[in-house]
Amino acid sequence: MDKLFDVELTARLLQLDFVLMALGAAAVLGLVAGALGPLIVMRRMSFAVHGTAELAFTGAAAALLLGIGVSYGALAGAVIAALLLGLLGGRESERDSVIGVILSFGLGLGVLLLWFYDGRSSNKFGILVGQIVAIEQQDLELLVGSAVVVLIVLAVIYRPLLFATVDPAVAVARGVPVRWLSPLFAVLVGVATALGVQIVGALLVVALMVTPAAAAARVTSSPWRATVLAVVFAEAAALGGIVLSLAPGAPVSFFVTAISFTIYLVCRVIAYLRGRQRSLRDLSGSDSPRAAVRPS
Amino acid sequence: MSTTGTGEAASGTGAVEMEGAALAFGDRTLWSGLDLRVEPGEFVAVLGPNGSGKTTLLKVLLGLQALSAGTVRVAGTAPGKGNHRVGYVPQQRAMDQQLTLRGRDLVGLGLDGDRWGTGLRGMRARRRKVDEAVESVGATSYASSPVGVLSGGEQQRLRVAQALIGEPDLLLCDEPLASLDLTHQRTVTELIERRRRETGTAVLFVTHEINPVLPHVDRVLYLVGGRFLIGTPSEVMTSETLTELYGAPVEVVRVGGQIHVAGAQSALCEDTVHHHEHDHTEPV
Repeated sequence: MDKLFDVELTARLLQLDFVLMALGAAAVLGLVAGALGPLIVMRRMSFAVHGTAELAFTGAAAALLLGIGVSYGALAGAVIAALLLGLLGGRESERDSVIGVILSFGLGLGVLLLWFYDGRSSNKFGILVGQIVAIEQQDLELLVGSAVVVLIVLAVIYRPLLFATVDPAVAVARGVPVRWLSPLFAVLVGVATALGVQIVGALLVVALMVTPAAAAARVTSSPWRATVLAVVFAEAAALGGIVLSLAPGAPVSFFVTAISFTIYLVCRVIAYLRGRQRSLRDLSGSDSPRAAVRPS
Repeated sequence: MSTTGTGEAASGTGAVEMEGAALAFGDRTLWSGLDLRVEPGEFVAVLGPNGSGKTTLLKVLLGLQALSAGTVRVAGTAPGKGNHRVGYVPQQRAMDQQLTLRGRDLVGLGLDGDRWGTGLRGMRARRRKVDEAVESVGATSYASSPVGVLSGGEQQRLRVAQALIGEPDLLLCDEPLASLDLTHQRTVTELIERRRRETGTAVLFVTHEINPVLPHVDRVLYLVGGRFLIGTPSEVMTSETLTELYGAPVEVVRVGGQIHVAGAQSALCEDTVHHHEHDHTEPV
């Protein structure tokens, strides 16, 4: 247990190439996840992120079987998932169930594909719960390339997308092309999810894509500030998770999700305390007239 | 006021120019043969029962719905093309309390929410414009609160600021007073009226209740079951004209500067139209 906070060992491991590679990948993912997060939360897409991640897993499993790079498989799976969800889940009432239907089938298919695969079994487990130490130069290049594309597209469509998200009726009236912004954003989320599958695994992507933004939304109502905070929180979880996992050699995923969850709890507590302060102030403001009415 | 017809270039561009406009879905005609010209600075109220095509008329003017026949121009261009010259105030709706959006962000979206790119340049000028728009509707004290926790009246004030911040030539209002109390109805109406007086913005105001805006209304467009009437409130809002329009007995009662239309609502139903008098005591 004392290995958990062995600073010396951690410092030594931090000089290794594969560790630096992993940290680079995590930093890129944190940036993308944090930037997309607030919009994901406001568009109520948390479950869609989870579903997309499951199909990224299916794609990754197929790639593993075919001997192609796992990252390309994950990317293809996630983008197909995003398009499928966009096409089939148009109506809000139907969206949840469509995601459930697609994700369970995708996961089942992935299990079958892995059963066919007779390579190293740690690879199999890795796609589900993360395999950051296995990031290679070529993966990192794809990761950075996709991240840059996602961030550029997001920057271009940010304002109309925010408009369509928070105020669809007026956005439509102002000529914002709401109809194709939704599937486009779903594809961006799909790409980001595929990146996340590489690092924290298909089951835990939500911890980086959704939790930081949900935490930020508790403490600020400014869209810009929420985005900045979500990026900071996601970076803290992704980078902090890797660093903490080094010395004990424990799974990265635990530390990433634990930090993310802790930040979320802290933000909720802050929001609660602020709310109580406000209601106390309101109470004391209207205290005297109310006290006068109250029977003795 | 100019007459409707062709060759009007000399009389300037109307905020809305519709000629022979018709809208039909399948064999159901909402309205046809509609000639409507709204001049700059004019306040036109659009009245009529539910399903008479009031909101669809706004959709046509916003370029979201094509006409079945006829022509329409908004601020001199095809509808939808010049949307930055059109402000739109929707009906008040409950907004998600957890929405990461402050009142001032809602107003800001009216300024540049439809533009591509980050808009990082000109942030200072933008902030000043939003501040001014927020102040002009008296919303400064709550502009930094999340929109989801604001009252309906506060939200509608911000909506007016959102619609006016782009300095539109035409303001389209879709039941902006519905679900507001009387005080807020008056405030929101006065904000719109002030804009019209000061800058000559034309107003097309869809409402099921004319009284809150009656003092400002120049003309009324009354739509009922495929037919319509256009004229000043005193021309349109009489028992004779509305009875003819509805094809059923309707009584218009004027009380203390207000207009009450009795009998109009039951004309909507399939069953026999009853003539409701305000002193009617018999069970129907």
